[in-house]
This record gives sequence, C-alpha cells and structure tokens, in this order.
Amino acid sequence: MSFLDLKNVTKIYPNGTKAVHETSLSVDEGEFMVFVGPSGCGKSTLLRMVAGLEDITEGDINLDGKLINEVDPSERDVAMVFQNYALYPHMNVYNNLAYGLKNRGIDKETIEQKVNDAAKLLQISDYLQRKPSMLSGGQRQRVAMGRAIVRNPKIFLFDEPLSNLDAKLRIQMRLEIKKLQQKVGVTSIFVTHDQVEAMTLADRLAVINNGIIEQLGTPIEIYDNPKSLFVAGFIGSPQMNFLDGNIKNKTLSAEGFEIKDIDSDFEGEVKLGIRPEHLSQSENSLINLKVDLVEQLGSDNLVYGQLKDKKDFCYRCPGNLTIEKGADLSLNIENNKYYIFDKSTGKRVN
Amino acid sequence: MTRFITSSFSHLILLIGILIMVVPVWMIFASSTHTSSMINMNGLQMFLGDSFYENYLRVLLYQGGFFKEITALKMFFNSFIMATGVAILSVVTSLMAAYALVYYRIKYATLLFWIIFITILVPLELRIFPTYSVMAELNLVNSYFGLIVPISASAIATLFFRQFYKTVPDELLESAKLDGANTWRFFVDFLIPLSKTMIVAMLIFMFVFGYNQYLWPLLVTTSEQYWTVVMGLKMMSGSIVHRFAFVMMSMVPPILIIIVLQKYFIKGVFQDK
Repeated sequence: MSFLDLKNVTKIYPNGTKAVHETSLSVDEGEFMVFVGPSGCGKSTLLRMVAGLEDITEGDINLDGKLINEVDPSERDVAMVFQNYALYPHMNVYNNLAYGLKNRGIDKETIEQKVNDAAKLLQISDYLQRKPSMLSGGQRQRVAMGRAIVRNPKIFLFDEPLSNLDAKLRIQMRLEIKKLQQKVGVTSIFVTHDQVEAMTLADRLAVINNGIIEQLGTPIEIYDNPKSLFVAGFIGSPQMNFLDGNIKNKTLSAEGFEIKDIDSDFEGEVKLGIRPEHLSQSENSLINLKVDLVEQLGSDNLVYGQLKDKKDFCYRCPGNLTIEKGADLSLNIENNKYYIFDKSTGKRVN
Repeated sequence: MTRFITSSFSHLILLIGILIMVVPVWMIFASSTHTSSMINMNGLQMFLGDSFYENYLRVLLYQGGFFKEITALKMFFNSFIMATGVAILSVVTSLMAAYALVYYRIKYATLLFWIIFITILVPLELRIFPTYSVMAELNLVNSYFGLIVPISASAIATLFFRQFYKTVPDELLESAKLDGANTWRFFVDFLIPLSKTMIVAMLIFMFVFGYNQYLWPLLVTTSEQYWTVVMGLKMMSGSIVHRFAFVMMSMVPPILIIIVLQKYFIKGVFQDK
C-alpha cells in the first residue's frame, strides 16, 4: 500500500450534485502530486476530503496505513496552504507559525526552535513580529507555507496557493515551492487550474474533469501521449489545434488535406489534434495557413491564422523567422506527431 | 466666498444646537453650586456659586428614602453593579448565541435567529408581570441577581456579533481546525480577539442600557438598599440645589465610560478597521 491511498472516493453534496465520481489514486511517500483541471471540476473537493474539511460520501482514504475517513482534521496530521492564505489576522507571524504547535502541547523552547528554523528556511525571520496585514503578497505566501512546514506534517496540501500573486512572483514562488518540497521531502498534493504550474511542479499529474481523473501520469507522459480530447486540449500552451476529419480505410481526410496509412483501425468521424510546436514550414505542404496575427515572444513566434475553411489555427515557430501578416504558409506535421480522437467519445484512437 | 457663507451658516446651526443642549445642563450645574435660599429667591443661575463641595458632599452621604436607609453613594454603587452586570452578562450570552447560530450545524438556525431578533419588539415593559412573577418564585426579588438577569439577553448584540461572524472567512476556521483548534479554542483564540472592538462597543451600549433602567428596578426592589441612581432621581427629596447636584452626578458614569472608550465604540459600531 502506498503512502496515501484513495479508494473509490465519491462526493455527493446534499443537494445531489456529484462533485467527485468514484476516484482511486495512490500517492507515494515524498511524491509531488498535482491535481489540475478547469474550475468546478472537483479537484479542490478531492483535496479537501483528504484534509478532512469535506465529508467523504463513499470510499476510503488511507494515510500512512491508517484509515482516516472518520478522523478529525485536527488529528490527521496534514497541513494545508489556502488560496487566500488564511493567515490569522490578529496574530503576528511568530504566533501564526506557533499556533498549531501550541495546540499540540509542545513546550516553549521547542516551538521557538522550530519556528525559527522554518522562518530561516523561508527567509521570513525579519518579519516574525509583524502582523499579516503589514506583509506583501509574497511574504504572506511564505508565512502560509511556514505554518505548514513548522508542524512537520505527513502531507502538504496546496489549494491554488499561487493564484493571488502577480505573474512574476508566481513563477518565483513556484520554483521555491518545488525546491522546498524537494528539500523537506514531504508528500504533497497541489491543486491548480494553471497547466504550466501543473507541468512544472508535478512528479505526477492528475488531469481532472467533471469529477473524474481523465489521465494520470508524469507531465511529459501526459503531454506526449494524451488519452483524451480533454487532456490534449487542456495540457499544452498554446492549446492544441483541433480539426474535424473522417477516417476510411486508414486514410484520414480533413478539410483540404489527407493523411494516409494512419496507425488506427478506427473508422468514422474524428478530431485531429496537432500541437502548434509540432509543425514546420516545408515544400510538400499538408496545411495552408493564411496569417492573421503574429505574437513575438522573443524566443518563439506564435503565428495565428486561418485555414481554407476559415478554421482558426496556431503555429509556433522559432523567433528568428520573420513572418508577415497576410502571408501564406505551407506547413507540415513534424515526425507524424498528430493525435486522433473519436469525435463522439473523445477517446484517443491512434 | 459663497463657501465661507455656507460653512458659517452650517456652523451657526450647529452652535445653536449645541447651546440648546448644553445651556440647560450648565444652568443646572451652576445652580447646584449655590445655596438653596439663593435659588429660591433669585431663580436659576448662570454662574458658579461657592457651595459646590458642601452641596455635593451632603447629597452623596445623606440618608435618603422613606426609611432613611440609603445614601446617594450606595445608589451609585448599586447602579454600577447593575450596569456592569448587565453589560458583561449580555455580551457573553450574545457572543455565545451568535457563535452557536453561525458555526454549529443547527437546523433552522436562521429561523431561530429571527425569533431571537423579534424579541426586540417585546420590551421588558410588556413582559414585566410574568418576569416579576418568575423572579418572585425564584426568591430573587431584592437582589442584584434579580436586577441584572432578566434584562441580560440582548437581541441587538446577538445580531451584531452574528453579522460579524458571518464575514469571517471560512478558511480561517478550516485553517484553525487543521492547526488542531477545537470549537472552544476557535472561539477563544480567534473570534473573541477578532471582535474585540465590537465587544467593547457592546459593553458600552449595555452598560448605559443597564444604568438607565427605571421601571424594572422599581418593581423588583422593595428594599431601599437596592435603589439605583435613576430610581433615586424620582425618589430624591430635599432642597432644590441638592436635587440638582444629584442630577449632575447621575450623568457622570455614562459620560465617563463613553469618553474613555469612545475610540473602540466608534470602531466597533462602524467596523472601521
């Protein structure tokens, strides 16, 4: 049995909404697991069930070999970082960190030692006497993390902790969280709707949609090998291009082009997915793109345009290529990196 | 220029208002420092006389009442006990009632709250006979307990605290729970410190409310030993200057408490953080 085990966990709210469908998942000790999905997909609910802040309608949650379904949140030995930090506004930073330890009846010297250690680790030693209202967003974030670290819990739970920070700070804190987790080595679950955060932080990633884990795997597995239309569209930035098509006798025909000898026995209506970065310009073109707009990111250019059938399409090319608005590009798919999904079920078929 | 005129005009109105309120009080105070024969002959005075100590000391220590059992000093003591008791008890009960209403999973909590709130429409005067009979049955007539308890459940304070608790983010409770705080600790370590200014404001409100009670103390006390200041205002006999002196002194405690705690009072009532 792994460190954290969810077995057929289900959440049905009193009003009948099923937020989480029978979900099974295991997290190994020291692993950094990320739940990613659009808002309202049930990822936070799942996390809060682990924390004990939501009742479990059905199923079992085991933590460190112990069934914790009925264990009070205060006794589960989990720590959580909330989206709005939930710092205690009337206590200074020191007491914010020390509060959980005091409640566990730890003696004063040990508390002081632990708080100072955590403060040093997070570089907040200078603010220990300040109230949360006197701290900046990034500092508050650190205090919230300090409050989790200082207790030395079995598991860290992060509920979209970076979404209140500005873009630059978010990237910085993202790095720090990852470093910190590796240093402390505590099992962590991180909930986010931002796929970049998810990709960069995760050891393993669970893509959740409508209360179901659509796919579970390492970030690169999920990026390279999405199992469904939803996962393919959700992971990757800019988003994967999707075109309507039809397969007959191993030949896929889409608007304006055909791909022969595809690796699938499926026949019928499909969606063809092509990532913007898996395209290149070539003579024997497959796709003709009329350029509407070019976003220059420096290292890359994002080229937006329309295909013959007026369908929007995106192509990512190296930043040193100059492409004018209104140009006609002929593009080819690199190394046959395309994905085919059953149009009706959304399942991958190649 | 027009701004100057309008602002002078509004200041003038304010000044007149202040004079209307302050002058009578001042006249009473000024008159209370003269001898009674002076007042009887010349009417109310605008300027201070020289009998201040004599009059006020006499009022404080004079044995009043039908049976000559009570002094003004004792009345102040009684009023202080009653007002403080009402203030503390009603704040404690409404804090806890609001806590239960907001944080416990009580069925029909909102309905319960509105039932509590409706009691505002049922003032003490309306339920005074049943309340008296309860107190009489419990043998609490002529006791501080009997003076305090029947008016120590405040729907207004419950409303204030409930509305405040509802603005406290849920994450705070959840975070405290994960930090090992039980329901009692959350109440003591979080809600009470967070509502500190509000508690002070309510203490002032309730102190003044308790201090101003007239009908209830009148009914529930038959012994002069339990007379309060406000009752004394009516019962006081003696010369006019002594009554004036007593009136002046009766205003001091509520004014004092508001002056000392007004910072908290304004913050608490207007949620000005």
